[in-house]
Amino acid sequence: MSLLVPETGLLFWMLLAFCVVFFVLAKYGWPVIVNMVEKRSDFINESVRVAEEAKLQLDNIKATSDAIIAEAHQKQMAILQEAAELKSKMIEDAKTKASAEAEKIIESARLSIQKEKDEAMKDVRNQVVSLSIDIAEKVIRQKMADQKEQVALVEKLMDEISIS
Amino acid sequence: MKNKTNILKIFLLLIVAMFTTNIYATETEESEDFKPGEVIFGHTGDSYEWHITKMFDKEIAIPLPIIVYSQTKGFNVFCYSKLHGGKEYNGFYIAKEGDFVGKVVEINAEGNEVRPLDLSLTKNALALLINSFLLVFIILYVAKWYKKNPMTAPKGFRGAVEMLTMSIQDDVIKPSVGKDYKKFSPYLLTIFFFIFINNLMGLIPLFPGGANTTGNIAITCVLALITMLVVNIFGTKEYWKDIFVPAVPLWLRSPIFPLMPALELFGVFTKPFALMIRLFANILAGHSIILAFVCLIFVVAKMSAGISVTMTAVAVVFTIFMNFLELLVAFIQAYVFVMLASVFIGLARIEPHEEKKIIKE
Repeated sequence: MSLLVPETGLLFWMLLAFCVVFFVLAKYGWPVIVNMVEKRSDFINESVRVAEEAKLQLDNIKATSDAIIAEAHQKQMAILQEAAELKSKMIEDAKTKASAEAEKIIESARLSIQKEKDEAMKDVRNQVVSLSIDIAEKVIRQKMADQKEQVALVEKLMDEISIS
Repeated sequence: MKNKTNILKIFLLLIVAMFTTNIYATETEESEDFKPGEVIFGHTGDSYEWHITKMFDKEIAIPLPIIVYSQTKGFNVFCYSKLHGGKEYNGFYIAKEGDFVGKVVEINAEGNEVRPLDLSLTKNALALLINSFLLVFIILYVAKWYKKNPMTAPKGFRGAVEMLTMSIQDDVIKPSVGKDYKKFSPYLLTIFFFIFINNLMGLIPLFPGGANTTGNIAITCVLALITMLVVNIFGTKEYWKDIFVPAVPLWLRSPIFPLMPALELFGVFTKPFALMIRLFANILAGHSIILAFVCLIFVVAKMSAGISVTMTAVAVVFTIFMNFLELLVAFIQAYVFVMLASVFIGLARIEPHEEKKIIKE
């Protein structure tokens, strides 16, 4: 049957057409398409990888920054506490120091007052002595003329002295 | 891009115009009976003219060039219109009976009717050239777009071509052929798209399509032969060892009664033979069934009105259904051909160490 017998002419044309199609497409067709698709898929894969890496890095950075912030917070708290403690301590110190100083000043003031007083008393006594001697001298000079009067005076004086 | 499509349109118009100037119209004698068998074989077979239609008792067809090499007259190139209607040109004529019915023949010195070497650009040959041109154009057009737009995903038609290409390569060729699939993928992709576009063009009933190319044994024969050559040329040592010294008991491969080697060697030829017959038979059968349903309309036309109307409706519905089915078959047959070709290549590329593992297991 002619259906099952290949025609020579058609075999020839088919061989020619197919070979030409094959060589043209194998050289200029398929490699271009396949390479481009592969390049594109590589590019997409690479992009996804890079994006993931960037995300990971970002997460890391966020974590470290969070840690740094937390640490800073802690440090701040510690410093604040320390400062508060220092402040109260300083106030306490200052208070005790001030009171001690005040005591000291008061003491020294008392001492000097006492000293002044003593000296003043001494002075007063000395002047009183010299005055009384002067007075006694004057009195004595006036009254020495009259004997009676002298004795009376001496007695009076003696009374006075003994009274005082 | 717009320019490209315009150029393509103009080119196609030119092709059509070129042939339509040659279109002839001839009176045909009143046909007595409608013979569906002749119509079906006429449409599925090859011819020296591209028959388009019959209008007002005039056949409208494109005559194609006849190229013959005769031992006495050398090369002769002329148009089929010179032989049409039983005419004779330079001693060549169309045989009306005998072994070469419907073919160009001549009378040799002994007075016998013989066929010269017939390289005519027949309907199928011309269809092949048109389809090949179309395929090359489509693929190069897509490839050019890729060069212009690297790293961009194509859309529309180019996207479809990419999807088809990559799915055939990644889902069929890669798993079947194995690790060096890249070497064979251009050939297998060409096979797939070549068969696919020929199948599709065969389904279009009008001029540039309609030829039963992949349903012709010469075409599938060439495809199968090239595949056989590829399989056996690139076959590994292990592949040949498995054919001539297979791992079977000695009595099955002794030189006196080499049963297994004989069977294996037989398999080398049956594999491509099956490829050839499968594609040919599927496409031919599809075309024949569609034509049979169309013929049914004309067969029942002379019967009573009721029968002819119902049968015509049924025939039209079935023709549409078969066309859809053939669209599916067009893809499936191309897919199956390339899948089996890949598997055969893969089987011929076996590696020795893998084979040893299998034996150990």
